[in-house]
Amino acid sequence: MDAMAELGAGSLLLGDPAFNYQEHELNERLKRLYPAVNEDETPLPRSWSPKDKYSYIGLSQNNLRVHYKGHGKNHKDAASVRATHPIPAACGIYYFEVKIVSKGLDFLSSLLPLSPILGWDKHSYGYHGDDGHSFCSSGTGQPYGPTFTTGDVIGCCVNLINNTCFYTKNGISLGVAFTDLPPNLYPTVGLQTPGEIVDANFGQQPFVFDIEDYMSEWRAKIHGMIARFPIGERLGEWQAVLQNMVSTYLVHHGYCATATAFARATETLIQEDQTSIKNRQRIQKLVLAGRVGEAIEATQHLYPGLLEHNPNLLFMLKCRQFVEMVNGTDSEVRCFSVRSPKSQDSYPGSPSLSPRHGATNPNLHSAGADSPTCSNGVTPPNKNKSHNKYPGISSASSSSSSSPSSVNYSESNSTDSTKSQPHSGTSNQEETRCVASDSEMEIEAEHYTNGVAENPSARIMNGTYKHQEILQAQDISLEDSCASRQLCGGNQAATERMIQFGRELQGLNEQLCREYGKNVTHKKMLQDAFSLLAYSDPWNCPVGQQLDPMQRENICSALNSAILESQNLPKQPPLMLALGQATECVQLMARVRSGSCSFARVDNFLH
Amino acid sequence: MACLLEAPLRISVLSEVTATSRHYVDRLFDPDPQKVLQGVIDMKNAVIGNNKQKANLIVLGAVPRLLYLLQQGSSSSELRAECAVVLGSLAMGTENNIKSLVDCHIIPALLQGLLCPDLIFIEACLRCLRTVFISPVTPVQLLYTDPTVIPHLMSLLCRSQRTQEYITQIFSHCCKTPEHQTVLFNHGAIQNIAPLLISPSYKVRMQALKCFSVLAYENTQVSMTLVNVLVDEELLSQVFVRMMQRDQPIDMQLTAAKCLTYMCRAGAIRTDDSCIVLKTLPCLVRMCSKERLLEERVEGAETLAYLMEPDVELQRIASVTDHLVAMLADYFKYPSSVSAITDIKRLDHDLKHAHELRQAAFKLYASLGSNDEDIRKKITETENMMDRIVSGLSESSVKVRLAAVRCLHSLSRSVQQLRTSFHDHAVWKPLMKLLQNAPDEVLVMASSTLCNLLLEFSPSKEPILESGVIELLCSLTQSDSPALRVNGIWALMNMAFQADQKVKGEIVRALGTEQLFRLLSDPDSNVLMKTLGLLRNLLSTRPHIDQVMSSHGKQIMQAVTLILEGEHSIEVKEQTLCILANIADGNTAKELIMTNDDILQKIKYYMAHSNVKLQLAATFCISNLIWNEEDGEANAMTGSQERQDKLRELGFVDILHKLTQASDPNLCDRAKTAMQQYLA
Repeated sequence: MDAMAELGAGSLLLGDPAFNYQEHELNERLKRLYPAVNEDETPLPRSWSPKDKYSYIGLSQNNLRVHYKGHGKNHKDAASVRATHPIPAACGIYYFEVKIVSKGLDFLSSLLPLSPILGWDKHSYGYHGDDGHSFCSSGTGQPYGPTFTTGDVIGCCVNLINNTCFYTKNGISLGVAFTDLPPNLYPTVGLQTPGEIVDANFGQQPFVFDIEDYMSEWRAKIHGMIARFPIGERLGEWQAVLQNMVSTYLVHHGYCATATAFARATETLIQEDQTSIKNRQRIQKLVLAGRVGEAIEATQHLYPGLLEHNPNLLFMLKCRQFVEMVNGTDSEVRCFSVRSPKSQDSYPGSPSLSPRHGATNPNLHSAGADSPTCSNGVTPPNKNKSHNKYPGISSASSSSSSSPSSVNYSESNSTDSTKSQPHSGTSNQEETRCVASDSEMEIEAEHYTNGVAENPSARIMNGTYKHQEILQAQDISLEDSCASRQLCGGNQAATERMIQFGRELQGLNEQLCREYGKNVTHKKMLQDAFSLLAYSDPWNCPVGQQLDPMQRENICSALNSAILESQNLPKQPPLMLALGQATECVQLMARVRSGSCSFARVDNFLH
Repeated sequence: MACLLEAPLRISVLSEVTATSRHYVDRLFDPDPQKVLQGVIDMKNAVIGNNKQKANLIVLGAVPRLLYLLQQGSSSSELRAECAVVLGSLAMGTENNIKSLVDCHIIPALLQGLLCPDLIFIEACLRCLRTVFISPVTPVQLLYTDPTVIPHLMSLLCRSQRTQEYITQIFSHCCKTPEHQTVLFNHGAIQNIAPLLISPSYKVRMQALKCFSVLAYENTQVSMTLVNVLVDEELLSQVFVRMMQRDQPIDMQLTAAKCLTYMCRAGAIRTDDSCIVLKTLPCLVRMCSKERLLEERVEGAETLAYLMEPDVELQRIASVTDHLVAMLADYFKYPSSVSAITDIKRLDHDLKHAHELRQAAFKLYASLGSNDEDIRKKITETENMMDRIVSGLSESSVKVRLAAVRCLHSLSRSVQQLRTSFHDHAVWKPLMKLLQNAPDEVLVMASSTLCNLLLEFSPSKEPILESGVIELLCSLTQSDSPALRVNGIWALMNMAFQADQKVKGEIVRALGTEQLFRLLSDPDSNVLMKTLGLLRNLLSTRPHIDQVMSSHGKQIMQAVTLILEGEHSIEVKEQTLCILANIADGNTAKELIMTNDDILQKIKYYMAHSNVKLQLAATFCISNLIWNEEDGEANAMTGSQERQDKLRELGFVDILHKLTQASDPNLCDRAKTAMQQYLA
């Protein structure tokens, strides 16, 4: 995000607190004005470019002040400078201002690719201060606005939705100057007379013109357009589609009771039969509870051949199982444990994670650190909330697409079987955790996909989690307080079993290598898992994030998708597909320079 | 129950359809209250959206019975509420329905009903009252007849969102005069309604906002109070600014802009305040854009014209905002040529608003161009502008004619435009036509414009003179309206400036000395000033002076004496002394002063007056009297000698001598020049 492109002179002043403050304010303002712009792809103009300027132009004050140092005798002596970057289309509406600090004999200001006299070259546009004319790709001007002089603030607004431009003078809009503008315009300023000085404001300071008000009008316009999109006679059809989307989503994640109730109410049919849904639900519960071994067994029992045909998935599951053994949650080690669980169902009544939707996360992150994943749905930043505020999901029926955005994991030390039972809220060693993602998510963030599965191993998961420093910090402190946690639950026999399982896993990896060739991802996965043993406190080590119950979600959704696929059912719910498609579509709009994308963002519509 | 007795009579002449309607009315008379209630409910369901049914029931006398049931203390609260609902439904019909309801004294009955504690009943009554009061056929005065009504309505504002919506809507429709504003203000309208501006209900916010716009209109007291009101710790003006944000509904933006405009015009907000310059003005300009509905464009333009009328800086800003001047040209393109064929509904809509649009545009142009020469130029250079004004002057709609002539008047303040576009488009022709037969308000603007067209550098002056304008102007001087008298005499004054003898003679003849002297005693000082101005212009070059004085000398001298003796302003006296100076410049006319000792004493008095202007004028007069004519004959020479001697005897030389020491340089020079005549 903070790609500080070519802030040449700016770097000299980095120690200056005032400059840092301005820098901070600039970033904040740009983020607020142009939330849809991905600055990694299309950086925003932040200063004049020391490279793209005429020699008669002098730059100072962090490349924001421009002064003229030529002879200024005739038009040939005119000189211009352009900004470091062109205006990204994803801005939707772009605005910058120029203050006339000192006027020479006459002054020219405009917006264009670099050219000798602004507005006179091909594909260049400008508004000239000496006569108030506008110039468009030619030497002859059109009467446009008033003249301007020392002390005036001239603004330029490019509307990338309808490809027009208007200028402002001292906060007053002068009306449209140009239509049918080409893409990739640079903010530019041109000077012609000795003594001319102008200061640019690309967002370093509040603008004189209320650009946010103007933007709000267009946002309302575009939202209105979306809301009033004519569906005409297809109204009934749409309803059926929408109902189907909700229904399939519920089924996909195994919200069995809710799905049945929904189907009854809407008089629709569920494709998959109840038993199948419940089976998936059970397996998912097991994975999410960290009982991966049982989940593998159940899968092998209910869907014979599935894991055999998906050796990668099986490996992933086994790796996870190893991690869970370290964690002391897998049943293979838990049976040795004194504090074996009475209730292992961490999701009382709720079969699966509920999705997290937020309004502020622009990107869909993959939570997976290994193979490409397809995960839709976004996470709210939850800035001020501590995990205590999240109520546990109490029943399946309350879990819909807008259910509370967190899940409670609980462990209890009651001695009982491995059977799933409703969690008892009175267990004496309850630990409730809500965890944000790990750093790997950040690394892998570029691998997110749009929900359109191009990769056969893609899996759909239900909600993703944004890296959250505050939450993480709380997490750590929480874990610190939880000193009782020990390797494999602190049981010697369990530890031995784990080591043995580790060897088996190593063997499986070697076997896979022989059969399918080397797999870097597998190797990394194995390494990470084994690394846990290198630390005395695996929960507080550099790879300790793996022990986070949140990490179960990827594998859970991968397994769920694989099962569905084996049953010839869609491996991802159409709702998420549509959501992913819409998100990708909006991003595509930015790339093909359709400015309205900035006001039609998917997260505006997720609540 | 007179109405009830009438009912059977009426029914006999009605069609059979009314038989079913009659059944509904009959059920209202059932002895069983439960059945009455059911009858009212059935009636409610029957009338919804059915105008014919509504009319039938009214004719059949349902209203008095419903009102009776509504007022009966013995009626259940449910029945009373249902009655109010049915009445409200009946009111939703045609204007005739409303008239019938008002004739049945529905308003006092419903207002009485508001005293009941039952909220549902109150809401039903208020809804019905709202519907009745927003109709143009209802006399708004009915709200103010009982002085307890307004305070009670104020107290009901806290009851529910519905009471808030209905009451504020009633207020905003019934506040038509400064008296109404004062009544509402005195009963705490501002404090009671201000919190509603942040109500969660859009309707309530909107009606509250409308209330403030009617309360603040041309009302300094309200406006001054409004600027200091806080709503949830925010200044009211800031609340209005937020309501003008571009993503707010247009109606809200426009009404909020009106509130700020009225507050600004009442002097409560400075015209250079950023909430006016950067928010209200641009918002109103946006309302003029093509994207807005025709009604919104009309209101936007009218409000904007009103906002910037007195302030040249706002006019300058508006003139460069969003191409406003060009944008207004679109106002003249209705009905658009395509709409006629393609869309009859659209044509009808266009036609309805075409006049309103044109007059709004003219008003805004008038306001824009009232001070700044560059803006006037910009306006006249707008496509077909002068042609549009010319045709606007002869439109059938008085509103358009008035606005067009206002626009023309505003532009006529430009010397350059008078010389060019005004002449090129012969605007004087339609203007003259307009003057023949028009309402007073149009006449005032038209004659005022004519004054400018008759300025000596105006090329239109000649053709206007030839069109027989003098008679017309003379008749204006006899008008009851002071504004028309001023304009008439003003135009004559401009016409007489440096005019030839023939024109002057015509003016004197047409006006008649009697009228001239009547005007010299006009109660309006403007009229008097312009009449003196006319006299001064008539008494310009020497031959004219002698000629006019030879025929009207006696009366003029009398009038001058009267004015100098009377209680008049310095300006009037100065103008009168200037007339005397002109008379003193004549050859024969001089004698009228020299032989009038009274006048000479007066001149002497004013030469020693404390006001320099009067001293100057008086000295000027004496200077003319003692002037040595270089080209004069011997007797003339001796004439000046005689005059000099006489004036010396009267002590004028001593005064002149003193004046040469005066601190005012002009006066000093004037005195010295006069003294030189004695030395010559």
